[in-house]
Amino acid sequence: MSDKYTPDTLTPELKAAVIDLLYRLADDSIVIGHRNSEWTGIGPILEEDIAFSSTAQDKMGHALAFYNLLHELGEPKPDDLAFLRDAKDFRCCSFVAMSHLPANAEGDVPELMNNPTRNRLIVHGDWSISLMRQFLFVEADVLRMHALESSTYQPLAAIARKIRGELKYHLMHAESMLRHLATGTDESRKRMQQALNSVYPHALGLFEPTQHDKTLANAGIAPGETHLRDEWIEHITPLLAGAGLRQPTDVEPVFGGRKGRHGDELVALLADMQKIYRMEPTGTW
Amino acid sequence: MTTTRQRTDATQRVWNALQDVTDPEIPDISVVELGIIQRVEATDDTATIDMCPTFAGCPALDYMRDDIRKHVTAAGFDHVRVNIVFDPPWTTDRITDEGRRKLKAFGLAPPTKCSGGPVTEAIIRDVACPFCDSHDTTLESIFGPTLCRAIHYCNACRQSFEQFKPVE
Repeated sequence: MSDKYTPDTLTPELKAAVIDLLYRLADDSIVIGHRNSEWTGIGPILEEDIAFSSTAQDKMGHALAFYNLLHELGEPKPDDLAFLRDAKDFRCCSFVAMSHLPANAEGDVPELMNNPTRNRLIVHGDWSISLMRQFLFVEADVLRMHALESSTYQPLAAIARKIRGELKYHLMHAESMLRHLATGTDESRKRMQQALNSVYPHALGLFEPTQHDKTLANAGIAPGETHLRDEWIEHITPLLAGAGLRQPTDVEPVFGGRKGRHGDELVALLADMQKIYRMEPTGTW
Repeated sequence: MTTTRQRTDATQRVWNALQDVTDPEIPDISVVELGIIQRVEATDDTATIDMCPTFAGCPALDYMRDDIRKHVTAAGFDHVRVNIVFDPPWTTDRITDEGRRKLKAFGLAPPTKCSGGPVTEAIIRDVACPFCDSHDTTLESIFGPTLCRAIHYCNACRQSFEQFKPVE
């Protein structure tokens, strides 16, 4: 248990487990980063436009840090990991890939057709989904990074410590907006409750158990997913109750992402995100 | 001992070169004053520099890394290696007093020190206006035009201003 690990001292079994863990961390980060960046320029108010753009940029930085750790372990270089893999190779949960467009969002604005995704967002985008996801995600992210700070895999522990300092601002932003909107008008309370109900089953997918959980926990590299989930629920329950929201119970979690089983939303997101890089993968940026 | 002395001189030449490398978005402050240089090792023609990123997603990081390489090479080192390190993490407490003075002169309120403790809302709100020094300021947005900046408003001189925000 007291062993400290570096890339050179991982056993093959531990190395495979760490690689899987890093893909989950990195892919969650880049995908929620991309989703939040979709509000850049069209956020509901200027401060939220800046907040979502900034958290997006931070999360892409976190993804880069994790992809670099993967590269150290012999995986492809960070840009290729982000932009050349197909959806089936991503290990993010469905929660981060969820679109903030209502299912029935139809009808584009023809004069704005240079970027169809953005145009649909301007017309139909549901920011309450993004905000609720951001709140639920960052609470989990902080708990996860706090636990990983004492990881026996030293490169990961150092990055987790760094990331936790940055997440402080994400946390303050999300908790403050949750409080304001959930206790604002009837309309804002209703929208926050609806958003919570719709994203919650996916949020539980953040903690989808994997075949490596026991190995990672026994080696002191990462806490078990079920343990983290319990900690997260214990943590968010009073926050949601304090904001007057009803926390869904008896919910069936949406799993599959950690095994590479994704829906159309991730496929569409990657098509957008990877489009430019794939046009010229050998280009210098 | 001669070898020790040579090493010290070489190291000092690297530190001097680093003093000329500035943050591309805050051109007055050097990477040394910003506190991002973690370690310097140098012998006759080889220099190794460890730098810690301010924010993991800072887009200026690669730029500063290249700039460090350029300046140190120009100082007479044929082999320059710049490592990005995360341990120990950079915090705003690492910005030197001279760095803080330069931030303020540039119009950016320096980050309040957190002395190894957590960044609290009180720390974030306790900011003096860089223009008139009044503490009668209001936090407008914890996010700003770059990852490291927050936006405040000075009620005394009625001007909005940016702050290099504290990071623990």
